Amino acid sequence: MDWKKKALWLDFELPLVELEERIQTLQDSADVRGMDVQEEVARLRAKAEKLGREIFEKLEPWQRVQLARHPRRPTTVDLIGYIFTDFQELHGDRMFRDDPAIVGGMATLGERKIMLIGHQKGRDTKSNIKRNFGMAHPEGYRKALRLMEMAARFERPVVTFIDTPGAYPGLGAEERGQAEAIARNLREMAALPVPIVVVVTGEGGSGGALALGVGDRIYMLENSIYSVISPEGCAAILWRDGAKSKEAAKAMKLTSADARRLGVIDGVIKEPIGGAHRDHEGMAASIQGQIQDALAELEQLPVNDLLDRRLQKFLDMGDFEDAGRS
Amino acid sequence: MSWLTQAAKGIKALTSQKKDIPDNLWRKCPNCSEVLYHRELDRNLWVCGSCGHHLPFTTEQFIALLIDEGTWEETHTGITSVDALDFKDSKRYKDRIKASRQKTGKEDAVICGRGAIGRVPVSMSIMDFSFMGGSMGSVVGEKISRALLDSLRYREAAVILSRSGGARMQESLLSLMQMAKTSSVLARLRSEGIPFISILTHPTTGGVTASYSMLGDINVAEPGALIGFAGPRVIKQTIGGDLPEGFQSSEFLLEKGQVDIIAERRELKATLERALNWFVEGRDVSIRRPPRG
Repeated sequence: MDWKKKALWLDFELPLVELEERIQTLQDSADVRGMDVQEEVARLRAKAEKLGREIFEKLEPWQRVQLARHPRRPTTVDLIGYIFTDFQELHGDRMFRDDPAIVGGMATLGERKIMLIGHQKGRDTKSNIKRNFGMAHPEGYRKALRLMEMAARFERPVVTFIDTPGAYPGLGAEERGQAEAIARNLREMAALPVPIVVVVTGEGGSGGALALGVGDRIYMLENSIYSVISPEGCAAILWRDGAKSKEAAKAMKLTSADARRLGVIDGVIKEPIGGAHRDHEGMAASIQGQIQDALAELEQLPVNDLLDRRLQKFLDMGDFEDAGRS
Repeated sequence: MSWLTQAAKGIKALTSQKKDIPDNLWRKCPNCSEVLYHRELDRNLWVCGSCGHHLPFTTEQFIALLIDEGTWEETHTGITSVDALDFKDSKRYKDRIKASRQKTGKEDAVICGRGAIGRVPVSMSIMDFSFMGGSMGSVVGEKISRALLDSLRYREAAVILSRSGGARMQESLLSLMQMAKTSSVLARLRSEGIPFISILTHPTTGGVTASYSMLGDINVAEPGALIGFAGPRVIKQTIGGDLPEGFQSSEFLLEKGQVDIIAERRELKATLERALNWFVEGRDVSIRRPPRG
């Protein structure tokens, strides 16, 4: 990836990126000419920090959507490299083909052996075509299920990373039972007799996200999003105008803070100032800590308790008025 | 509520369906354009006598068709939608709920109850497309989950009749989670050996198809229903072309191995009876036991 490419930055973060570039240039030239620029650098650094906070502390929902889809955002494969050791990718659903939009495999996390499964987006046109922009076909969900069932047989916890615009809406996907593949994952994850930790790392789009999303603990990265449909899809249906995505993003309450307030997730994992893409390693460290804490807790529970609590967790989701109970 | 009062309630439900029949006395078949008279349509269970097209049936009509007379007891009433997201597109969600309740006389997009089909006790949920496109929000998810929990509690078969555009967008993430919620209860039915029959009618798409509708021990579809994950319009946009003839129809799904049976409306009850008997005969699942715990 070319970190200098302007096209890979979002409009609203450009002032910060440019300021940081200035600091870098100043330091570089100082090194060459032997000038003392420490004071100036310190001043600019303070300015950059202030600017970063100003931009990132009051983001509009649409800006979070952009961050969640940031071309530089760490993907599942990026995060795996920092969080786990000994990752061995496993391929294929044993029925049709291997779906590159979902990656999964054996991994080691500290002392633990775990099964890691996540959506995989590309970063440029070529890799995005290979990964189908992170939109899985039924065989992707079936591969995921195969790996989860194997994990259960060998008593290994499952960790999933969610980052998809949604399940792929195409001819082959429908023919091969996209709906059934998603539905089956929901049911089987609900009954999987090992701990499941879910982290929404980027885009949590629709049933295609949820198909990896039934777990004992669900976390979202601060600037990730989670919703029933993409803002574009929602705008096209309810506003009958795909260009109304910004309004839709606002109306849908799709940010991590919203999801927490709605009681859908267990916690928000803070991102580095400027977003996860500014510091992949730092981001990965926070995720790693959260997964380890969650697994340490979940491993204490007998399997029946674990499954009862998982069921109750989802039974509690939803908001309605109940005349019989009030 | 005793079985006697239930019976009375069942009768009430039957008369209330009259309200749904429009004043004009004939209707054009949306498939073959044949002019169909109401009396004839009623006799034909709202199936076109000329081409066999299945026209929409009301919830009350389905109850009368499928449930043994006098055994229906509606359950889980009084659960209504709230606007948790303070959602507004061209209209406020609050106002949409109000308008739908007024238009349909229903509390939300599903009716649940207990009754018998061919003397086999069932807990049944019937979705209603006329209420916001049969969309699944918190209320639909909650009621269906409770009806499925009834099946666990009383060890009786579960039946869900679907027709829905999918998850209700105005409840966004909460709607999405109803897919997980209902499917989680179905996992319990499965491990407890309690049968679940899913009936798919026109149209069943989106998050409803991608959760309980496709999870039946058997999936039964009405002929000619549109059943899919993505809607045809979205798929057309994605592929940038037209869809093959009959794509996402019940018949297509049968061919592709996604549904077990296509049952015409006049055969639907007999089909359910046959399956239910196979599931429960000689097994304790049919015995109504007092709730555990």
